[in-house]
Amino acid sequence: MADRPMPELLPTPAAPVPPADRIGAGVLNTFALIGGLALWGGRALVEALRPPYDVDEIVRHLYDIGWRSTPLLATSGFAIGVVLSMHTRASLERFGAEAMIPAGLAVAVVRETGPLTAALLAAGRVGAGIGAELGAMRVTEQIDALEASAVDAFKYLAVTRIVACMIAMPILTTVMNVSAVIGGFVAEHAISGMSWDLYLERAFSLIGFSDLLPSTLKTIAFGFIIGVTGSYLGFAAQRGTEGVGQAATRSVVLASVLVIISNVVLVRLIFFFYPQGGA
Amino acid sequence: MTAVDLGERQGGAAATAAADAVRFRHVSKRFGTQAVLRDVSFAIPAGRAFCLLGRSGTGKSVMLRHIAGLVRPDEGQVLVGGRDVGALSSRDLASVRTGIGFLFQNAALFDSMTVGENVAFPLRRHTRLTEAEIVARAHQRLAAVGLEHDYGKMPGQLSGGMRKRAGLARAMALEPALLLVDEPSAGLDPMTAVEIDDLLLERKRAGTTLVIVTHNIPGARRLADEIAVLHDGRILESGTAAALDASEHPLVRRFMRSVGGG
Repeated sequence: MADRPMPELLPTPAAPVPPADRIGAGVLNTFALIGGLALWGGRALVEALRPPYDVDEIVRHLYDIGWRSTPLLATSGFAIGVVLSMHTRASLERFGAEAMIPAGLAVAVVRETGPLTAALLAAGRVGAGIGAELGAMRVTEQIDALEASAVDAFKYLAVTRIVACMIAMPILTTVMNVSAVIGGFVAEHAISGMSWDLYLERAFSLIGFSDLLPSTLKTIAFGFIIGVTGSYLGFAAQRGTEGVGQAATRSVVLASVLVIISNVVLVRLIFFFYPQGGA
Repeated sequence: MTAVDLGERQGGAAATAAADAVRFRHVSKRFGTQAVLRDVSFAIPAGRAFCLLGRSGTGKSVMLRHIAGLVRPDEGQVLVGGRDVGALSSRDLASVRTGIGFLFQNAALFDSMTVGENVAFPLRRHTRLTEAEIVARAHQRLAAVGLEHDYGKMPGQLSGGMRKRAGLARAMALEPALLLVDEPSAGLDPMTAVEIDDLLLERKRAGTTLVIVTHNIPGARRLADEIAVLHDGRILESGTAAALDASEHPLVRRFMRSVGGG
């Protein structure tokens, strides 16, 4: 609503400007962006808990964000499984430890490769989609029309997408993990003829609760980052179609960077709480 | 009563403000370094049609946005039904907005919904009607603007004029007492522009207060009880079309003599 200002990034100075001014504007812009994202995310968390809940909208976005991303994540996961299996074989063969290939692959996928790759792929597909869709709504006055219709556009458009991202990410990560394990089996079966039962037994021999749960749950935070970044930059879009394109591109770049950076913090946290395994 | 309030009356000012559908009190607004509105004051009595004329970029649309609470004034007050929209909480502002319909320049239809869903949207959000009643009302509203066969179409499938009419149907969905219209004839052929004006005239006869931003002088003459000419963030002059025709201000005269476009 009007007493909650929409994001407004500082304008990039037009050339020619002294380099010092440009650097200064860049630094200010970065701080404005970080601060804006933090406030946006905090407000989203508060509003997500406050009724009314737009469940229908969340389900609709879950379909768009989750279900429609499944083929991309499943295909990528399968390919990653095949490639990881081949790389692992090349390394372990030297030590005669081919039997460890399924376990090595599963640990790598479940702990790190699966969650991070799923988040980066989602940042590309979903983050760009949210940024572009909301950006287009901003420049065509649809967001204003929502507000004028006495609807809280932030809650209706941003919070529902952020919540949907948070729900979808662990599911998509699980899809990617399963696909990668299947991909690894196909590669292993093609080379060594290993059976599915034996592959599964070996794959999950080193995987425990402390590997699976924290690393999958951390993707809720990735989903939050992707949703917050895309919606924030979409709402901040200006200058017609150019602004929409910028919102989409910046959403992907920023969400990807923030996912990678936050992963460092999250892995550290997981090791703190689950010292025996963790991500 | 002249629309421009040239000096706030002392006695009974609050009562007058409540009787007015819209009142601007010394409103100023800047965007960055650009002053868009400068100490603007006027009042629109309930049930009247008020047209804002002026060159592009003179702050006409910004005035509409102030009324809907989409923009807050830097100085002054914007009263809608006697309530200062700039000082309301989110919840109170939402309740004021349910009494306002807003037809945006490009209709601003939600492009993820069908035309019918667009019209049904305010009904779903703000009424306790059953789904069947909502659909029936949305059909009624679309029929009133001549789009009875377009319920299931997507906004992208409509022409500019049809989009405007669909936008009007959505703006009127909750039967608001106040209708804000931003350039109703922009980008439309003369025939379609007249059709849109006819629809607005119907709303006026039904007692809806209209605030219309337009460049279409013939349309303004047909619709408006009162016209204000905005220039450089200030109201140059206001009054009936006949009064403005007789104005001695060269810019006002030039404006009123122009045929106007969309």
